[in-house]
Amino acid sequence: MSVVDGVRSPRRDRTLRLVAPVAVGLLGLAVWQLLVGVVGVSAHLLPSPSEIAAEWTANAGPIAEAAWITGVNAVLGLLVGSAVGVALAAVAARLRWIDQMLAPVVAGLAVVPIVALAPVLNSMFGADSEIGRRTIAAIASFVPVFLNTLRGLRQTTPLHRDLMRSYAATGPQTLRTLTLPTAAPYVLTGLRVASSLAVISALVAEYFGGPRGGLGAFISTSAATSAYARAWAYVGASILLGLGLYLVTVALERLVTRLLTGGAR
Amino acid sequence: MSETINGDGVAVAANGVGKTFDTRSGEVQALTGVDLRVAAGEFVSLIGPSGCGKSTLMRLLADLDSPSEGTIEVFGKTPAQARRDQDYGIAFQQAGLLPWRTVAANIGLPLELHGTDRAARAARVAELAELVGLSDFADRYPDQLSGGMQQRVAIARSLAEQPRLLLMDEPFGALDEMTRERMQAELSRIVGESGAAVVFVTHSIPEAVFLSDRVVVMSPRPGRITGVVDIGIGRDVPRDEALRETTAFFAKVTEVREALHGTPVTASGREGR
Repeated sequence: MSVVDGVRSPRRDRTLRLVAPVAVGLLGLAVWQLLVGVVGVSAHLLPSPSEIAAEWTANAGPIAEAAWITGVNAVLGLLVGSAVGVALAAVAARLRWIDQMLAPVVAGLAVVPIVALAPVLNSMFGADSEIGRRTIAAIASFVPVFLNTLRGLRQTTPLHRDLMRSYAATGPQTLRTLTLPTAAPYVLTGLRVASSLAVISALVAEYFGGPRGGLGAFISTSAATSAYARAWAYVGASILLGLGLYLVTVALERLVTRLLTGGAR
Repeated sequence: MSETINGDGVAVAANGVGKTFDTRSGEVQALTGVDLRVAAGEFVSLIGPSGCGKSTLMRLLADLDSPSEGTIEVFGKTPAQARRDQDYGIAFQQAGLLPWRTVAANIGLPLELHGTDRAARAARVAELAELVGLSDFADRYPDQLSGGMQQRVAIARSLAEQPRLLLMDEPFGALDEMTRERMQAELSRIVGESGAAVVFVTHSIPEAVFLSDRVVVMSPRPGRITGVVDIGIGRDVPRDEALRETTAFFAKVTEVREALHGTPVTASGREGR
């Protein structure tokens, strides 16, 4: 009989998993600082980490404000795009003709370049509106959520469907006990992909007009005025923002998995 | 053996049942002219080569498909009504457990769907886990179990609501020979305790003889019943390793084999013209 996986000191594994990437990161920073400070790579080619850190502390307020603007745009876009994605996928999974109708539209949306769409939407909604940026984040989030959800909703096996039929399970019962739990991991994978895309899209959209403010806008103005270290500080904040949102979706994934496996009893 | 039993004691009655499937290459006759009666508490195996319609017949009984012709009654009702009334339990070749549920939650699934309250459900699940020898594994997940154990969970699940009829489609087909023989002995004991009628689809002759009161022999193209062998090994005879060595057992194995091969089957015959 098979047994639970042979576990070898999970405590040590976890410590290693945390310590190893941190060590690599610190080492990278040290090498970077060494390259700029000792070897002498010129500062406008690559500012040193200490310069960037100084800019960060000097501009903590504006950075936080910019991150907030971009973050709100990304999160709103992610929420709306995902909601629409899940809803449309649910309909498409039910009705084949809707699926066939949507497929080319979704394929089209998937290849729309943000760079092309941003100026158009920004002028559409007006220069002082954030709606254009949020729309772009929503469109970017919609595609992976829709595709993954649709796939997930189709993963129930004929065997499981036969079984539910043999239990004379009602439609809602089948949905709750079979279809949704089967689809959940796919939906969450879609969300995880979408979370990064939402931040990137919201950020990139800021390069192309719209109201002043947001990390993307500051990166471009800082770079344009040769304030490279400050631009890098904003880049750092963008990374943190993207990571933050990504981690939220990972946590959500864990939570749902735990609810699924634990809540069944 | 069962034909004389009155309506109340009949688990399954099929009259002139046929089933045709529409496929891309035209109509395929999966079953034709099937008459079958299974008495309450009787163990009947359907045996035959691939394509003889034995699984199709079981699906018709379970109302997972509907017949193209003829009538089927399960405990005097239509299969659809019997399904809604949960008169049968079912097990397939694959265990078909829900991977995100524990063993206990899988066994309790039909009870949960039909509104059995939590306490009664827990008690019944514990009883069933004990019955199939998985009490120590109630909190495990399916992917932590061997194939044989998963199949035992599926069998426990099919027994959850104490059905009067069990429909089993090659439930041991994917198991190795040793596990399979052990499972056969266990199933025989479990069914004996529950008193349910069983329709058991298999393509193993010894398995059919070991378990059944009657073996229904089927033949393909088109799928039909070509013979019935009364096994005549009483229920009081323990289904154990000793039984497999008796001459009576061998004689019945031979009889079923002859019934299987004695039918005029043209090897060149192709379906789906």
